[in-house]
Amino acid sequence: MKKFLSLLMAATMCFSLAACGGSSDGEQTQEQTTETTETAEGNVFKIGGLGPLTGGSASYGTSVKNGAELAVNEINAAGGVKVGDTTYTLELNFLDDEAKEATAVTAYNSLMDDGINALLGNVTSGACIAVKDLAAQDGILQITPSGSAIACITDAPNAFRLCFTDPLQGKTMADFAVNKLGKTNIAVIFNNSDDYSTGVKTAFVEEVTALGGNIVAEEAFNEGDVDFSTQLTSIKNSSAEIIFAPVYYEAAAYIAKQANDLGMTLPFIGSDGWDGVLAQVTDPAVVEGAIFLSPFLATDPEVKEFTDAYQAAYNAVPDQFAADGYDTVYVMKAAMEQAGSIESEALIAAMTEIEVAGTTGTVKFTADGEPNKAAKFVQIKNGEYVAYHVDEQ
Amino acid sequence: MFASIMEQLINGLRTGSIYALIAIGYTMVYGIAKMINFAHGDVIMVGAYALYVCIGVYKLPVLPSVIITCIFCSVLGVVLEKVAYKPLRNAPPLAVLITAIGMSYLLQSASLLIFGATPIPFSSIINVKSIVVGGITISGITIVTLIVTIIAMIILTLFINKTKAGASMRAVSEDRGAAELVGINVNKTISMTFAIGSFLAAIAGILFICQYESLKPTLGALPGIKAFVAAVLGGIGSIPGAMVGGVILGIIESLSKAYISTQLSDAIVFGVLVVVLLVKPTGLLGKIKKEKV
Repeated sequence: MKKFLSLLMAATMCFSLAACGGSSDGEQTQEQTTETTETAEGNVFKIGGLGPLTGGSASYGTSVKNGAELAVNEINAAGGVKVGDTTYTLELNFLDDEAKEATAVTAYNSLMDDGINALLGNVTSGACIAVKDLAAQDGILQITPSGSAIACITDAPNAFRLCFTDPLQGKTMADFAVNKLGKTNIAVIFNNSDDYSTGVKTAFVEEVTALGGNIVAEEAFNEGDVDFSTQLTSIKNSSAEIIFAPVYYEAAAYIAKQANDLGMTLPFIGSDGWDGVLAQVTDPAVVEGAIFLSPFLATDPEVKEFTDAYQAAYNAVPDQFAADGYDTVYVMKAAMEQAGSIESEALIAAMTEIEVAGTTGTVKFTADGEPNKAAKFVQIKNGEYVAYHVDEQ
Repeated sequence: MFASIMEQLINGLRTGSIYALIAIGYTMVYGIAKMINFAHGDVIMVGAYALYVCIGVYKLPVLPSVIITCIFCSVLGVVLEKVAYKPLRNAPPLAVLITAIGMSYLLQSASLLIFGATPIPFSSIINVKSIVVGGITISGITIVTLIVTIIAMIILTLFINKTKAGASMRAVSEDRGAAELVGINVNKTISMTFAIGSFLAAIAGILFICQYESLKPTLGALPGIKAFVAAVLGGIGSIPGAMVGGVILGIIESLSKAYISTQLSDAIVFGVLVVVLLVKPTGLLGKIKKEKV
């Protein structure tokens, strides 16, 4: 039997090594790219992008990339960015980080070898935290379109974010659930191995308790889990009136489907990771009525111009990540114009002085790098995302 | 409280019966070929994708799709054995084990190349309404899973105990050399074992995606490992052991998630395995084999 045990251990070790992947190395050296910046084609401002283009979070990275690309093309078509006396055209080099820390660092190094002027990324929190310190050492302007964990930009004066932080999302949703929806008995299901999920959950639980509500069930799961029936059965047999699920859309789809299988009719509320859930469920009825926080809604008339352009270019309806990517490029443009230079230090200093009216609302930045903008809610109705106006309900 | 415990038990029974279906594949192959086929978990994944290709891409009706999926996986199992394991039949066990892990990666990477890493949503082919008995809700897929598993196990048990082919499988697992001497075709028997194991894996794969409605290339890895644990728990080499081990594992997992800690459930499951192996090193239903000198 010893042999079996050792086989088991050997096998477990082999499988745990599975998560290694590599990305292609940037072959260009720093000197070469500095030369390209001064070629006859004019001045180029290189934006490096990092986000998952494959894997379970691929939809986020692809959307950010498309949104950013659209903004870059628009700006270039309109004549580029005028900085002082020189005009720069933008160029986007977006690499896949698979939402993994190790891949993100490799990809970041490739981008630096490519001589980027500013970093748009990372799209997911874990990868962003892995890259943040390196970017801070290099002193390059980093704006994460959607990295919402607190640690994504802390201790890094060069780092800014466009989206809400995890704790702010948790707080906002707690206030929404207790004060707007009037639910006091709340169940929470969250991913215990994910910074984003635990970050939102912790703030949510604190705020609900502070507002006088009860957390009647707090169920955790691990990354990669596909079976939530046990956790959901516990929630079902508690006195919960509503379920808060601060998770990404893939898990949200599993959870909603299995809750439906168990005959549960409790309403769901979620964090912005829910955006994209409709493409992942086979039957939209299982997520009907769910409300989540999202800074962007494609059907909003105010963003029609962006939505139409995106649809024409990619034949898809943009989600909040596309909008985040798009806005981030415009924020960079505004910073360049304000700074009157493309030196990293000047760009970073200019960030706190700009105000940009984007597709995710009008945003200003604090010296800590946090955005200052209003929250929006989205509800799934008849299998579509619609704006949820708090005051009308 | 009672209803809640019952529901958790049913949850455990459902996951456990899928583990059992997969564990049978491990245990049969071990009993006959004396090797751990680590690619077995990925046969589940191939089964899931085969069903998706039949129904999602070629729009075939359900029944032919299920049959094609099962046949495809059986053939895959036999091919795996012929290509990867048969040449190594007299090699040291470690070489075979490494080959099996290699085949596992091959299957995973192949499906990654063909279908990509983005999860594909797949609408369940089992549309049975959930029923409510005395305040306990049992979902349709759970009922179907339990029935299919029970039928599969009855047929398998009858096959092994009542048919000539089954007898030859038992003979080969007891003593390969002696079986060959009495005129049993060992190669054919081993191929058949792989075919049956993979057939059951295909069924598990079909039940798996009907349950979770989403496909990705790594979907077989975790159930595969859990089922391997179930096979060891029940006594590797013993088919009833694999069935019992699978169900027990599922129930422990579900109850420890529900009543102890969701975060510790895997640790508890593996802890139980360690305790069982310490107390009864052959597993719950395993037999002690005398080493012949």
